[in-house]
Amino acid sequence: MVDAPTAGSEENAADAFLQGGPSLRNASGPYFGSYGGRWMPESLVAALDEVQDTFEKAKADPDFIAQLKDLNKNYSGRPSLLTEAKRFSEHAGGARIFLKREDLNHTGSHKINNVLGQALLAKRMGKTRVIAETGAGQHGVASATAAALLGLECVVYMGAEDCRRQALNVARMQLLGATVVPVTNGSQTLKDAINDALRDWVSNVEHTHYLLGTAAGAHPFPAMVRYFHEVIGEEARSQILEQTGKLPDAIAACIGGGSNAIGLFHAFLDDASVKIYGFEAGGEGVETGRHAAAISLGRPGVLHGARSYLMQDEDGQTIESHSISAGLDYPSVGPEHSYLADIGRVTYEAVTDTEAMDAFSLLCRTEGIIPAIESSHALAGAIKIGHRLTQGKENPSDVTVIVNLSGRGDKDVETAAAWFNMLDEEGHVKGTTLSTRKPKGPTERTNEAAVDVNEDQN
Amino acid sequence: MTEEFASKSAAAIDRAKAEGRAALVGYLPAGYPTVQESIEAGIALARNGADLIEIGIPYSDPVMDGPVIQAATTEAISNGFRVANVFDVVAGITAVTDAAVLVMTYWNPVMRMGVDEFSRRLAEAGGAGLITPDLVPDEAHEWIEASNKYGLDRVFLVAPSSTPERLDMTVKASRGFVYAVSIMGVTGTRTSVSSSAESVVARAHAAGAERVCVGLGVSNPDHVREIAAYADGVIVGTALVAALRDGGVDAVGQLTKNLSAGLGRAAAEA
Repeated sequence: MVDAPTAGSEENAADAFLQGGPSLRNASGPYFGSYGGRWMPESLVAALDEVQDTFEKAKADPDFIAQLKDLNKNYSGRPSLLTEAKRFSEHAGGARIFLKREDLNHTGSHKINNVLGQALLAKRMGKTRVIAETGAGQHGVASATAAALLGLECVVYMGAEDCRRQALNVARMQLLGATVVPVTNGSQTLKDAINDALRDWVSNVEHTHYLLGTAAGAHPFPAMVRYFHEVIGEEARSQILEQTGKLPDAIAACIGGGSNAIGLFHAFLDDASVKIYGFEAGGEGVETGRHAAAISLGRPGVLHGARSYLMQDEDGQTIESHSISAGLDYPSVGPEHSYLADIGRVTYEAVTDTEAMDAFSLLCRTEGIIPAIESSHALAGAIKIGHRLTQGKENPSDVTVIVNLSGRGDKDVETAAAWFNMLDEEGHVKGTTLSTRKPKGPTERTNEAAVDVNEDQN
Repeated sequence: MTEEFASKSAAAIDRAKAEGRAALVGYLPAGYPTVQESIEAGIALARNGADLIEIGIPYSDPVMDGPVIQAATTEAISNGFRVANVFDVVAGITAVTDAAVLVMTYWNPVMRMGVDEFSRRLAEAGGAGLITPDLVPDEAHEWIEASNKYGLDRVFLVAPSSTPERLDMTVKASRGFVYAVSIMGVTGTRTSVSSSAESVVARAHAAGAERVCVGLGVSNPDHVREIAAYADGVIVGTALVAALRDGGVDAVGQLTKNLSAGLGRAAAEA
């Protein structure tokens, strides 16, 4: 790398920040400290340059900004709400938890912010076809949506394992006119879908834009995807000021590649009083090796065009990640997150499948909101930091925390039903056949209790 | 191109040139189907007419490879291939042949071992240098330093999409030869050689490259003959891997012999 700062200079960056040093906002890439860059085949460099050039010009073009603003408002439904989760807050040490409702956007997640921006860029570049990778299917659905809206051909690469986990989203993409290609290489998940999308891009780059769905990959993707998601944090910051009259004590988001997180974090990076937390997928537990916690347990390496924290073995082979959440099942992370971790501005922790599913259930039952399992990792994290930050506080409700509710959980209902043992041997929801149906009691139950009741019914 | 060291790859290409022909570069993955058999297949390449041998390191995320090479490298990994085995393969081939043996690798395995350590061990094994499909000179600071220290060739890629500025920069950063990608795409056999190949070679020569070899989609003697007319070397990969898969080491030898028949320029057989 050219100009790669040493570890020493990263410590200096942290010191400088604490002393009110240079802004951490608007980092343009290609490097974030020693992370990022362009570890890509030469064949794609010209295309990356074209994307970068088009993006820079668009950012400075009032017409483009107006077009994006209009779509965000009149198509996606922005600004998304900031909802105080009062009953949920009781389980977080009494801290006031506010949910940034990206789940209410059109298509049901934050992903729409980025795809509208990039699809507009694709049009500006004269491309007629977009390709995308998807894990949970959220980015694939969002890409198919933007392609339909703007009249672009759309092909989505999706791991065969993820197609199985998220069959409903496959159908949604097909209904929207996209072609879904199941990827059977490697671990058949998100990273392999990205590999196949890159192979497609290098072969069809003349008329195709690769609509990468997260703030990772080669320059300019990390900075560009962040730019399109910055609206999340900007809205949240002014909404919390309006609702509480002060900045939050902490903000939290889940991290797969890290696009919803960097979108929320960006507006708060220079607010030194705001603690920032990213929650990675701890899978079955970080000690089991079956997880997707790249920052917590990985080491720097290059994958898909960027140097960043990476789950890899002694040989530099990528280790397959594991998470109940397809959208977090990625063995690396956006390079800006690696930098923010190293300088200590953001704290990254792992949340297990079990913790995430407990938080999923809790939000359903306390707030009437079914969250995406991805976002449930952030909710579980918020419970932890709520307890931590209110410790010893006379008035815990002085503590405020914003959680990015990055997506809605409709797509996850089947996974959740299986997790909570709500299905019979044939995969049907228990208690839905005439012979076993009987009225349910009004009492609130724990998950275990609910399961017991269902078993009694059979 | 910088030539502070006697480049093994350049010497091999120049020997072919002195015989009035282009050089043949054959690719096979290390450890496929086993480490020992990959050494035998490499020796068969050299004994049947390959001037340079490209040994690929099987990697979990080979974004520049098509299905045939992906399947072979995946099998090598599941058969227990470890990155350090590549040095055994290189040493095993260089011990008994005169071919220049380069390693083709995605960058993360090198970075993980340590660029200096990897380079030192490659040089010790008698390797000529590295071909780096996902490392552009812009990110190659550490590799340029290590390759200078150990006298290894740096083979970077140029593509039909490379701008004149990038082509110039890449040619200057390369040593041994420049790898011209014939088409926009990944490895795999194709029915014909793209017409863009000739213009990439001409542009690389014009930028000062003394030796330019063409790869991607080259699979039969007709392709070899066509490319040998304007390039300094012809790179064949997928077809050889398929031969090894279907017919073992003997089939690799036979295909190499057939391919090398296409190397002569016009009627000037040596």
